[in-house]
Amino acid sequence: MAELLQFAFSGLTVGAIYALVALGFTLIYNASDIINFAQGEFVMLGGMTTVFMALAGVPLPLAALIAIIVTTGIGLALHRLAIEPARGASPVVLIMITIGASVFLRGVAQIVFDKRFHSLPPLLGAEPIQIGGASVLPQSFVVLVGAGVIVILLWLFVERTLLGKAVIATAANRLAARLIGVDTRRIVDFSFAVSAAIGAIAGILITPITLTSYDMGTLLALKGFAAAMLGGIGSPLGAVVGGLLIGMIEAMSAGYISSSYKDAVAFLIILIVLVAMPQGLFGRIKVERV
Amino acid sequence: MSLRALLEARLLPVILVAAIVIVLPLFFPSAYYYRIGALVFISALAVVGLNLLMGFAGQVSLGHAGFLGIGAYSVAIGPVQFGAPSWLCLFVGAILSGAVAFAVGRPILKLKGHYLAVATLGFGLLVAIVLTNEAGWTGGPDGMNVPALMLFGLRVHGSDVWYWIAGATFVGGFLLALNLMESPTGRALQAIHDSEIAARVLGIDVARKKLTIFIISAMYASVAGSFLALFNGLITPDVAGFLGSIELVAMVVLGGMGSIFGSLVGAAVLVVLPQVLTVFHEYEQALLGLIVMVFMIFLRQGIVPSIAAVLNGWRK
Repeated sequence: MAELLQFAFSGLTVGAIYALVALGFTLIYNASDIINFAQGEFVMLGGMTTVFMALAGVPLPLAALIAIIVTTGIGLALHRLAIEPARGASPVVLIMITIGASVFLRGVAQIVFDKRFHSLPPLLGAEPIQIGGASVLPQSFVVLVGAGVIVILLWLFVERTLLGKAVIATAANRLAARLIGVDTRRIVDFSFAVSAAIGAIAGILITPITLTSYDMGTLLALKGFAAAMLGGIGSPLGAVVGGLLIGMIEAMSAGYISSSYKDAVAFLIILIVLVAMPQGLFGRIKVERV
Repeated sequence: MSLRALLEARLLPVILVAAIVIVLPLFFPSAYYYRIGALVFISALAVVGLNLLMGFAGQVSLGHAGFLGIGAYSVAIGPVQFGAPSWLCLFVGAILSGAVAFAVGRPILKLKGHYLAVATLGFGLLVAIVLTNEAGWTGGPDGMNVPALMLFGLRVHGSDVWYWIAGATFVGGFLLALNLMESPTGRALQAIHDSEIAARVLGIDVARKKLTIFIISAMYASVAGSFLALFNGLITPDVAGFLGSIELVAMVVLGGMGSIFGSLVGAAVLVVLPQVLTVFHEYEQALLGLIVMVFMIFLRQGIVPSIAAVLNGWRK
C-alpha cells in the first residue's frame, strides 16, 4: 500500500507537469489549429532562465518572474516572427516551423546558458514528508498546487471574462468569431503568450525535482503532445486528465513492471485507447464535409 | 499523347536523376564527398517512401524511423546472431518491416490527422525502446557493429562503392515510386488525399489502399536503414528515435510534399547542411533551426514545388 502511494505521488507530480504542457498545446491548437512542438522549450526556458538569473544574484522570486516574462516574450515573438508570416500555409508546414523553432531555441539555449544540468532550491525545504508510509518531497505539493491554481485561473478566465469568451469563440469557429468583431490574430497572440507563460511556470516548479538542461524540452513536448491527444485534442479537460494519466501510468509501470519500459507501456496504452476511441477520451467527433 | 511522348514524359525525371548520380562524382575533390553523397541517396530512399505516404496519400507518420531501425538491426542481428548473409538479411528486414507495417497499420490507419501522428509516434518510440533495452540482442544503447556486406565473395566497402550502390538503388526506388503514382493505386491514393469520403463513394477501398502504401513506405525505409547500417558499420538505437522520424518528415516537407524529386532535394539539404554548419561549432543547432524555419516560411510548398511554380510563372 505504501508502495502504491509512493508511485501515485510521483506519478501525479510528473503528470501535473505533462498536464500543463498539454494545456499549452491545447490553447494554441484551439486558437490556430497549430501543434506547437516548441512547447517543451518554453518549459526549459522557464527553468534555465530562473537558474541563471539566480546565479547572477537576483533574488529567486524576482528571477522566476523575469523568467516567466522572458519566456512569454519569446512565445509572442514565435507567433509574430515565424507563424504569422506563414499564415495560410498547410498545418504540416506550420508544425515544421514550430519544430524548427524548437531546434533553434535549444541551440540558442546551449550558447546563452550551457550544456550542464541545473537545479533550484525547493520552495518548502528538501526534507521529505511521510504520508501513509510514502515519503513525499514538499516540492511535489508545490507542483500539484501550482498546476491546480493555473488550471482554475485559466478556467475562470475563459468562463468569466470577455477576452475569455473571445478565446472560446475563436476556438469554436474562427471565421464566425471574426465576423462578430473578434480580432482573432490578437487571440492567437494571446494564446501563444499564455502557453509560453504556463510552460515557463511548469519549468520553474519542476526544476527542484527533475533538474533542468537545455535539451529537456523534446521529451516534455512528446509527452505533452501525447497527453493532449490521449485526452482528445482541443479539450482542456482532456489535456489535464491525459497528462495526469500518462504520469500515473509511467510511475506505476516503472514501479511494478520495469523502469526502462515505462515509456513503452505509456505509449502502448495510448495506442490501445486511440484504436478504441479514435477521438481521444474527451475529443469531439469531427464530421468530414465532402 | 503519343506513346513516345508518354514514355519521354515519364522517363525524363528518371533520366535526370540518373544523370545527377553519374555526373556528381566528377566534382568530388575527396572520398569524404562520396560519403556525403551516399548518405544523401540513402536518406532520400527513405524520404521517397515517406513522401508516398505523406505527400500522395496524405497520411502523416511520426514514427518512420522505427522501420529504418528494423532494417538496420536486421542486417546487424542476422549475420551476428544467426550467421545469415547480409544481403539476405536486407530482404528479410524489408519483409519484416512490411509485416510489422501490416499489423500496426490495420488498426492505426483508421485514425486521422494528429491522432495518426501520435499513434505512429508511439510506434516509433516502441521500436526504439525495444532496441535500447534488449541489450542481449542489440548491444543496448551503445549499439552494435555491423559486419560488412559480402557480394560474390567480395567485401563491399569504401565510400565510392557505397555511393554507386546507394545511387543506383535510389534511381530504382525513384522509378518505382513514379510508376506507382501513375498506377490505379496511385490515383486512388490521390483521391483519398483530397477527400476520403469522396474516394469511398467512388468505390475505392480506402482502408486497403492506405494500408498498401503504408507497407510500401515502410519497406523503403527498411532498405534505407539496412544500407545505413552496412555503410556505417555501426548502429545505435538512435537511428529509430523520435529525432530520426522528425528528420525524415522535415526532409519530405522541405523538399516538397508530393514531389518525388523534392525528396532528393530535401534529403540533400538536411544531410549536407549540418556538415557545412559544423564550421560554426556551437552555433550549429541554432542555425539549423533558423534555416528550417526560414525555408518553411518563404517556400511553404517545399523547395521543388515552389521553384517549379516560379518557373511556370515566367513561362507564362
